[in-house]
Parts: sequence; structure tokens; C-alpha cells
Amino acid sequence: MNEPLLRDLVPAVIGVLVRRGADFASAEDAVQEALVEAVRVWPDDPPQDPKGWLVTVAWRKFLDAARADTSRRGREVRIEGEPMPGPGEVVDDTLQLYFLCAHPSLTPASAVALTLRAVGGLTTRQIARAYLVPEATMAQRISRAKRTVSGVRFDQPGDVATVLRVLYLVFNEGYSGDVDLAAEAIRLTRQLAAKINHEEVAGLLALMLLHHARRPARTGPDGRLVPLAEQDRSLWDTRLIAEGVDVLQAALTRDRLGEFQAQAAIAALHADARTAEETDWVQIVEWYDELVRLTDSPVARLNRAVAVGEADGPRAGLAALAELDPSLPRHAAAAAYLHERDGDPVTAARLYAEAARSAPNLPERDHLTRQAARLNAQLPS
Amino acid sequence: MAKYLLLKHYRGGPAPAVDWAPMDQWTPDEVDAHVQFMRDFAARLEETGEFVDTQALAPDGAFVRYDGEGRPPVTDGPFVETKDLIAGWYIIDVESWDRAVQLAGELSAAPGPGGKPIYEWLEVRPFLADSPTVTE
Repeated sequence: MNEPLLRDLVPAVIGVLVRRGADFASAEDAVQEALVEAVRVWPDDPPQDPKGWLVTVAWRKFLDAARADTSRRGREVRIEGEPMPGPGEVVDDTLQLYFLCAHPSLTPASAVALTLRAVGGLTTRQIARAYLVPEATMAQRISRAKRTVSGVRFDQPGDVATVLRVLYLVFNEGYSGDVDLAAEAIRLTRQLAAKINHEEVAGLLALMLLHHARRPARTGPDGRLVPLAEQDRSLWDTRLIAEGVDVLQAALTRDRLGEFQAQAAIAALHADARTAEETDWVQIVEWYDELVRLTDSPVARLNRAVAVGEADGPRAGLAALAELDPSLPRHAAAAAYLHERDGDPVTAARLYAEAARSAPNLPERDHLTRQAARLNAQLPS
Repeated sequence: MAKYLLLKHYRGGPAPAVDWAPMDQWTPDEVDAHVQFMRDFAARLEETGEFVDTQALAPDGAFVRYDGEGRPPVTDGPFVETKDLIAGWYIIDVESWDRAVQLAGELSAAPGPGGKPIYEWLEVRPFLADSPTVTE
């Protein structure tokens, strides 16, 4: 049984239950139970109509739970749901679920967890493992998130930008535990792109595909980080790159630029270079200018300074960097890189060592320590 | 089985047995060998069924305490140079104190400059256990 295919059905099945009058939280629980049963039963007895099977079983689970709940409360409460929308109303259930799970009233961590469960169909245990927290903690985070959105109407259009931020967060978490969050983020973004014609959804999908294509080259066999310039480009996934470029080009023709399209364009220019030396840094700087204009993000400015260093020489890069707050994450690492290019290994080594001390994760710290060590080993002692 | 914490320190603890230069002064190969040893150590503990957890801590941070009703907490930090500073830990689940000491000894022999053991001081602390089911 193909688990991602099974999980593709989850949001639509939740949508059917909600339309039949179930509240979102109960519908989501019922579908999770139906999924568990599907995983148990389907290998020996695959259904003709998987979605129909899931709807039937989930609805039964919902009714069982509602009856148990009602009898617990002394049969005082009748099952009451939201009134069903009238016929002819075309609202895509799956799309509505994306909006609901990324609702602005949720914290980013809650929106991520709820999206992975209700849209992604992952179990609480899988999500907990992926984020390295106890299962009970994740269960609580999800049920609180469900309570938070319990009053939100299911048929109101939401904001695509909030959904994209959540999917981007999932993608950036990368890989830990038995769930590949980057691949899951791509699956969910692909599914969203199929539901809604929006240039930034396409932009985010392209960005993810182009980054994912480089993943096999990004770490060495010993787990060490390999910087872009040193990556073995034959390891890049050309199929993913081609798809990413296609998706991006289609988005750009709509002439409604956004931050994800700009980031994807930068990734595409890197992917397009057969060697690091062939990289079109002048165009990359232009895209960073767009990105800075669109987001005014300090991180974009920092990356732009590095790109300027490649396009116009390290002095120009250092000048751009000098305008930025030195306490920015990775500021010291960028400065170290540019000073080395500028022929000042003493300053570069000192800055690499400083960058290593403030590195946000172990692979980066090891990489920066190694860079400092490499320069120090070359210096006359 | 009992759980033990093997604490690594950035500073603090007994006087260093050997005073090595900081890691950025090592050769790149020496850095690689050290990093590889650390990865292998965790993998080996998993194989023997003794691994529980390992985490590294950033050097920055602060002490924080309550400062009375309606007042924001007081912070003291970043940590001054003289203070003991924890760098990270392993948690292991092993048969005995002797085994915990043996493993800490192996971890302390991580390679440094010239491939020689760094003789790092590690702090080994037993966890307080849950109360047993049978008490009499």
C-alpha cells in the first residue's frame, strides 16, 4: 500500500465529514482512526474505492464517538453540526483545510503540527518524532490547536500567504525521525498547487524542488556539510531541477512577482551553472535586489552582500555587509568568507572561529571550525 | 540498568590534564577525526543498546530568576568567563557505575592534535531513579 497516496485522501475525507455536519476536531479524529484501520485492513483486502471506504469508516467512527459522548452526558445533547451549505456552492474542502490549519490565530508551531496531521495525514507519533518532542506533548499541541480554530467557519476563504509560510517552515525542518519533512512539504505544496492557481504557490513549489534537487550533494558521506561551491554537481537531481524551472517559468510569466518566486529564481540560477565558476552572480544580485525590495528582510540583505562579493569583488561585498547589523545570524561567517576572498586569511580565520561559536547547529559549527582550521594551518606560525 | 549523564564542559571542572589549543588551531584533518569520533561514539552506544540521548548547547545564554510579583524576571548573563559552562551531554543507560565510568573514559580519549587523546574531563552523574514497584 502506498502510504503517501492514502494520505493524499485525508483532507478531502475530513471535508466530507465536516460537510455532513461533523465539527472539524471530531472529523479529524475520526479520519485518523479510519487511517489506522486502513493500514491494518487494506493490505489483505484492498477496497475498490479507497476514498469511499475511508468516508464510510470515518463517518461510522464519528457517529460512534458522538453517541458515546452523548450518552456520557446523560443523553442531553443531540448531535448538532453546522448547517450544510446549499447545493451549487463550490468550495474545495482540501483548500479550506489548508486555510484552517494555517489560521492566523495559531502559533507557527501549532499551525505546522495541525497541517501535518489534518492535511498531511501523519500520525501524532510521526509528527512528534520528526520534531523530537514527546508524543504526549505533540498530542496536546494538536488538540489545543484544534480548540483554537473550533470557532472558525469552514467555508470562508483564507490567506494563501499564511499557508505558504507554514509549508515553508515544514520544508526547512528537513529530515529527522522516520518522516522526511522536506519531501512531505513538497507533497503538500504540490497538492495545493493543483487546487489553486496562484503564482506564489508555484514559486514556493519551484523553490522546494530546486533545493531538494541539491540535497544529495549537500552532505558528505561522513555527515559533513558541503558548501554550494564545492558540491559534486553530478549528484544534483536533474529531473527535479527541470521540473522546478518549468514551474517557476510558468509562474513568472504571470508578472506578479513575490518572495518565493524571487528565491526560486536565485536557486534556479545556481542550478543552471554546470560549475561554481559559471554561476551568473550579476543576475543573482539583481534577484536579491528584488527580494530585498519585496521583503526588506535582513537575511536577504546578508545573502545579497555575499552575492555582491562574487559579482563585483570581495571589497564591494564587504562594503554591503558593513551596512548591516553585525549581530545578524551568519554575519561573521559571511564576513569571514569575504575577507578570505579579499586575501586576508588572518581576519578570515578569526571570523570563522567566531562564527563557529555562534553557529545555530552542529554541522554548521563543525564546518566553520574546519574552515578556521584550514586557514590557520596555512598561516606561518 | 541505570541512567547516567556524561557532561561535557566548555570550561570549569578540574584543571585540564593537557592544555590543547582551541579546535580552530588544529589541522583540518585533526578536526575531521575528532568530529568523526563523536559521531561514531553515539552510533556505537546505539549498537550496544546503551544510548539514550545526546545534545550540544550553544555557549551563550543567561541565568534567570523570579523577581517578585508583577516584575519581569531578572537575568544575569551572558555567562562570565570564570563560570562553569556546560557544552553538552550524553545520556546513557548502562548496567553499572563501572560501565558508565568506562564509557566516559573512552569518550574522554577523543582524538585531538596529532591524533592524541585529549584527556578531557567529563562529569558523570547518576540520575535519580523512579521508585520501584516492589518496596518490601
